[in-house]
Amino acid sequence: MSAPTLPRVTRLAMFLRLLAVQGSWNYETMLGNGIAFALEPALRRLPGGASGDAYRAAMAREARYFNSHPYTAALAVGALARLELDGEPADRIERFRSALCGPLGSVGDQLVWAGWLPFCAMLALFAFGLGASPMLAAGLFVAVYNVGHVWLCAWGLGAGFSGGLRVAAALGSPAFRQAPQRIGAFGLVVGGAAIPLAAKRLATTVFCPNVWWAVAFAAGAAGLAIALVRARGRVQGWHVALGLLVLVTAVGAW
Amino acid sequence: MSATLLPIAALGGLVGMDVVSFPQAMWSRPIVAATLAGALSGDARAGLLAGAALEMLAMETLPVGASRYPEWGSASVVGGAVAAGFPPMSAGDLVLGAIAALGTAWLGGWSMYALRRMNGAWSLRARARLEGGHTRLVDALQLRGLSADFLRGAVLTAGVLAIARPVVPALAERIAASNWLLVFLLAALGAAVAASALWRLAPAVARVRWYAAIACAAAIAVAVSR
Repeated sequence: MSAPTLPRVTRLAMFLRLLAVQGSWNYETMLGNGIAFALEPALRRLPGGASGDAYRAAMAREARYFNSHPYTAALAVGALARLELDGEPADRIERFRSALCGPLGSVGDQLVWAGWLPFCAMLALFAFGLGASPMLAAGLFVAVYNVGHVWLCAWGLGAGFSGGLRVAAALGSPAFRQAPQRIGAFGLVVGGAAIPLAAKRLATTVFCPNVWWAVAFAAGAAGLAIALVRARGRVQGWHVALGLLVLVTAVGAW
Repeated sequence: MSATLLPIAALGGLVGMDVVSFPQAMWSRPIVAATLAGALSGDARAGLLAGAALEMLAMETLPVGASRYPEWGSASVVGGAVAAGFPPMSAGDLVLGAIAALGTAWLGGWSMYALRRMNGAWSLRARARLEGGHTRLVDALQLRGLSADFLRGAVLTAGVLAIARPVVPALAERIAASNWLLVFLLAALGAAVAASALWRLAPAVARVRWYAAIACAAAIAVAVSR
């Protein structure tokens, strides 16, 4: 039997649906319904089409509990499409789905949320700190971030479909294992330059009556940063910020 | 506020949806969302300033899976609209915008939790029929979740802005004397939160930390000399 293929239009439909994979995200089935939603164009190619029993059974199966990072879910969608079209037994598909959840979630969180997103945010803040216009700073973030976003989803869909049951090998490649570390390192270095420049541009929107105040605030920021690192997430910085800003504003208004 | 509430609320709905539901292109990040809200309110620069401050504060709470986190999308629209909404922008508007945004982010986190619970109830109710072959329920659940998320963001944005509209100009006038202090505090808090978050996220490699320290020292030198 020859390997199944997916027409370009079907792949495009799956890709667009993947952008809404978390549309009905919930604590019961998590991404489950979104996975069935993204897979649907491929499942129409099952014997009997969209009114066949194979289609109905596959849709019901794929809408069950599934959890992963929304971008690396593309790998799962590609691989599951291949398995369904290959006519793999239902219990094998279900075991495969369960096995994918952990690795896809952890790789995606490390690569995107802890790596790519902070790196792109720091790049935009660096541009802001150097005096970039609103269009440039915001546009730079959206453009650079989405190069990674679109690439990861498109690659995942293709690699998942061609890998099928062997999709785990794609996640185990050295490039995937090293990328989060490298992007995180770049993010820290860019952030090292971006944060002082961005803070300075913000502060210079007002006139400072004495330069020593600026030095005191910079020292205070460094002290608070060290305290937050040592707190290891027990104290949230944005809670501290909200509390202090409200307090000082209230005193200033009074 | 120069712009009417409706387009700003619609923007709040769209970026609120981008946080989780669709398309997660991250135009819900503060540096983008607040700038867009500023542009819609007539002052993109004020929106960008609010967005940069909020982006630094948002760095430690990333949208990781099932955890409950503040919703920075609609919050940034509120922050950008308040900062830009009463031209000419004063430093007081910027700080009050940041406070309004931080409060909205907290409320937004709760509203997302409620939406997820509601999606879960809808999903459980549809389960038996879906297993029975009603495959169109998959599309219906997605559409319902997306619509509810848009409404959540739009109502949250409109609600907070409706409260802020009469309060902000009066409050900004009262805090005018301490404006510089508040802006310095905002910049310092943003820098501290962003630096600590990056430090915790980045790999603990001494060489990388040294490079970051050198980049930081160079940036401070540039900032002082400019």
